[in-house]
Amino acid sequence: MNTAPPGTPEVGLALEARGLGKRFGPIPALDGVDLAVPAGQFVLLLGPNGAGKSTLLRLFATLLRPGAGTLRVLGEDVGNGDRAAIRRRIGLLSHQTFLYDHLTGEENLTFYARLYGLADPPAAAREALRAARLEGRGSDQVRTYSRGMQQRLAIARALLHRPDVLLLDEPFTGLDRDAALRLEERLREERSARRTCVLATHDFRAALGVADRVIVLVDGRLAADRPAAGSDPGSLEALFSTATRAGAPAAGAA
Amino acid sequence: MTYLRAVGLVAAKDLKTELRSREQAVTLLFFALLVLVVFNFAFDFTIIDFVTFGAGILWVSFIFAGVLAISRSFQIEREQDRIQGILLAPVDRSAFYLGKVAASILFMSAVEAIVLPLSVLMFNYRFGPRIGLALLVLILNTIGFAAVGTLFACMTTQTRRGELLLPLLLFPAAVPISLAAVKATGHILAGRPFERYASWIALSCAYDIIFLAAAVLLFDYALDD
Repeated sequence: MNTAPPGTPEVGLALEARGLGKRFGPIPALDGVDLAVPAGQFVLLLGPNGAGKSTLLRLFATLLRPGAGTLRVLGEDVGNGDRAAIRRRIGLLSHQTFLYDHLTGEENLTFYARLYGLADPPAAAREALRAARLEGRGSDQVRTYSRGMQQRLAIARALLHRPDVLLLDEPFTGLDRDAALRLEERLREERSARRTCVLATHDFRAALGVADRVIVLVDGRLAADRPAAGSDPGSLEALFSTATRAGAPAAGAA
Repeated sequence: MTYLRAVGLVAAKDLKTELRSREQAVTLLFFALLVLVVFNFAFDFTIIDFVTFGAGILWVSFIFAGVLAISRSFQIEREQDRIQGILLAPVDRSAFYLGKVAASILFMSAVEAIVLPLSVLMFNYRFGPRIGLALLVLILNTIGFAAVGTLFACMTTQTRRGELLLPLLLFPAAVPISLAAVKATGHILAGRPFERYASWIALSCAYDIIFLAAAVLLFDYALDD
């Protein structure tokens, strides 16, 4: 079964799910998801609350093990493979920042740079601060940062080790208009660098211009999957509403 | 990143955070001192001597301060989902566990370093040459309590009712180490010969080794949903 959208050339797969399922106790979070994301593709992941978007991202990030089916990230099996090797090559930006309030911005990034075994952690942290336009606040404790600044630092943390796959869960949360535009610009850079990205969001207007492909999850199932080219916010709104109303029809439906 | 460097990194991060916030230090110290003061007023130590109740008083203070320290340490990791940030790193996850154990041992030791001399002064007791053995018992049981407490705190921190679950799981599992601590300390305070409590010290050693080894080996699975 070809799980890539029509017209996608056959290239190496960064993410590959076959019959992927996950339950939390009696509650199914994902149910039989088939999905193939070629390396370098930018995927916009949409869905209502509780659709399974965050669970899918956490599975890709190896924070969860699949309950059913198989999942390969960068060719490595998440269930039984070398998960540390996968983690070295993925970056995750979650709802939460993962930052320590009483450490400075630079200390936070240096801590994570050391955990990832980067060659020169302080230099990597300073470089990431520059990229996040926070170099003037690097020596201040994170608790003194605004929500937008914390989010920029969290993005810098996720990109610190230059991951091959970037997973973003609602990255626009808490950002003002200027910060959201800067993030959009940063996402375009990541797309230009052919980094594989999966971005889960409700705010698809901000990210639509960056995406190659749009996927809609409803009730833990793939409800729609189509190229982003030619999509406009209005048609996506309609697709989202239709998919949400109809529940979860056959995966791959456009 | 070597394994030991990752352990040191996690412990150093906890210490630096605590030195800046001083949230734990103040709570732990005042709690431990409150226990001493309450017991001091509850019993008439002109009639009962410290030998009778001393071990219980000390370990009630140390164990509950330890629970507070471990619980607070993981509350920090739970906020902003920081534990996920560390678990995402390409290092053996048990390094995170050992780093947290090391930090918990240091926090508990800091409380013990203040409470023990104060209790000696308050209850007018002299350890004399037995101080070495008392310190050995203190260290062994602090390690054991930090090892088991950190393991259960890691397991419960990702659940919705982590704070509630921690004591429910921890206290039954900590019964052997608590018993060994109180019994060995009681014998030392009473000045009894080493042979009388050598088995309690051996139990503490075995407990430390078993819990540390099992936690390191099983930690990755223990964290799985």
